[in-house]
Amino acid sequence: MDSSQDTDHTDHTDRTDHTDPAPDPHRPDTDPHHPDTDFIRLDGVEKVFDVRKKTGFLRSERRQVRAVDSISFTVSRGEMVGYIGPNGAGKSTTIKMLTGILTPSGGRLRVAGIDPSRERTRLAQRIGVVFGQRTTLWWDLPLIDSYRLMHRMYRIPDTRYAENLDRCVELLQLGDLLDVPVRQLSLGQRMRGDIAAALLHDPEVLYLDEPTIGLDVVSKVRVREFLRDLNADRGTTVLLTTHDLSDIEQLCRRVMVIDHGRLMYDGPLTGLHEIGESERTLVVDLERELPPIDVESARVVKVEGPRQWLAFPAAQSAAPLVARIAAEYPLVDLSVREPDIEAVISRMYAEKATS
Amino acid sequence: MGAGRLYAAVAASGFRRYATYRVATAAGVFTNTVFGLILAYTYIALWDERPGLGGYDQAQAVTYVWIGQGLLSVVAVMGGGFEDEMIERIRTGDIAIDLYRPVDLQAWWLAADAGRAAFQLVGRGVLPMALGGLVFRLALPTDVGTWLAFLVAVLLGVLVSFALRYLVALSAFWFMDGAGVQQLAVLAAIFFSGLTLPLNAFPGALGELARALPWSALMQTPADVLLGERTGSGLLRTYAVQAAWAVALLAVGRLVQSAATRRVVVQGG
Repeated sequence: MDSSQDTDHTDHTDRTDHTDPAPDPHRPDTDPHHPDTDFIRLDGVEKVFDVRKKTGFLRSERRQVRAVDSISFTVSRGEMVGYIGPNGAGKSTTIKMLTGILTPSGGRLRVAGIDPSRERTRLAQRIGVVFGQRTTLWWDLPLIDSYRLMHRMYRIPDTRYAENLDRCVELLQLGDLLDVPVRQLSLGQRMRGDIAAALLHDPEVLYLDEPTIGLDVVSKVRVREFLRDLNADRGTTVLLTTHDLSDIEQLCRRVMVIDHGRLMYDGPLTGLHEIGESERTLVVDLERELPPIDVESARVVKVEGPRQWLAFPAAQSAAPLVARIAAEYPLVDLSVREPDIEAVISRMYAEKATS
Repeated sequence: MGAGRLYAAVAASGFRRYATYRVATAAGVFTNTVFGLILAYTYIALWDERPGLGGYDQAQAVTYVWIGQGLLSVVAVMGGGFEDEMIERIRTGDIAIDLYRPVDLQAWWLAADAGRAAFQLVGRGVLPMALGGLVFRLALPTDVGTWLAFLVAVLLGVLVSFALRYLVALSAFWFMDGAGVQQLAVLAAIFFSGLTLPLNAFPGALGELARALPWSALMQTPADVLLGERTGSGLLRTYAVQAAWAVALLAVGRLVQSAATRRVVVQGG
């Protein structure tokens, strides 16, 4: 831990302490060396790769690729943060630096006060990593054998191992699967098995890379529920990369958007809509077919018989608009549709690319 | 010793894994026995022509054949150990997962390979030698001490073999496909371990070179120990050479490993 840390929170430095209260929705805005608010801290972190491209027989050209370009952010203990961006944006590179298997080319990076690349093995005891597209489990061994190896690998005390295993088996419904070789598990079962494997050693941070990729709806819901409970009950800090924005909508209050190695946005999900100048849609059912509704603060985008679609800025309240329409038109029913975040983000990318 | 328990568990799972391949083990024993018969008759003809070739009499030469067939899979002269799996993990990128773990990559694979070697010593080592003993009169020692000395030499041979194959596996980080390097390594091992002909029988400078290379630690050295060619201070010197190769090659493996792991991450995933 940082020696200059604030003294009134030192009790949280105990790694076995899971009595932390549920995360505060208003992130405390205290001094910059706080061990809880600075649980993960990046200051101007960069990663530059030398990429060699073949230009002919035995000839190659060296080119530098800036996979991560001066990224700074902090994550508090117990936060659940979505980390999103298109393919090749630098998400995986960031995660690799956070786990210590990749050394930053520049800047400063700390996870739980540890410099990951210098003390990778010590940090490994405190973090859990789950990849949607790979497995940490041993393919030809029964699920339980993988857990036994984890038990030894992470030197988990026997009682704690037994407790954690029981809890994961119950919550992730793994009871019938423990004796099944991993290669025979379905994708959803294997994913649950992988999540359990990442949590047996009580990690304080969990990195999830596409945890719901390829899962069916029921499995997705189950995984999300488990993660939400994990975060609420144990205060585990979660950093989640995903292409499925409903993961973020349902799990994360805060989202970071990265593209071309740069942090484009860091804030609440709602703010992302404002920045992307997104619009919400009001769907109105009238008593009969009428010409497009005429109100100042919204525009009609589509008419289909008695049903009309009106777009209005996402940041604006729907109430006055609804009141106006109800007063002037024969209204039967209405509903408000939230904007598609995917569209918002792609619009954001397009804007930054042209500017 | 938490780490000791982990690596013991890994070795045990390596042993169990190979133990489940029963058909492969039986097929291996059969192949070793057939090759042993062919080689033994060839050696008999050769030693008839050149008695005392390489300092062995005919009985020793035939015994050498069966020691070689017994050790073949233990010191993995033809490959087929952990390296196949490791190369596959490098190729698919799954190796990144191994790097997230609080364990040492080299020690992990060494434990797994030690488990494999232990199984193959029992499963594929004993039977061919016993079958050879039924057909031929073998010059095997009767004292326990020599057998123990042999086991130590085999253990060191497995270490050297592992260290060599670890380098082969790591090459996949650069070539993306380890097959070419693997084939070269197997060829070198077949020739320089003394599998085809005892290195003692190699003439002149080639013989000097062959006996100085690390592959001699795989088969020639343990065979010589069992045949009673290395005793007293000579035995200690033999161990020292094997151990020196093991330490040097493992150290090179660590260096290459740290260069390789810096590379792995570029390949995405």
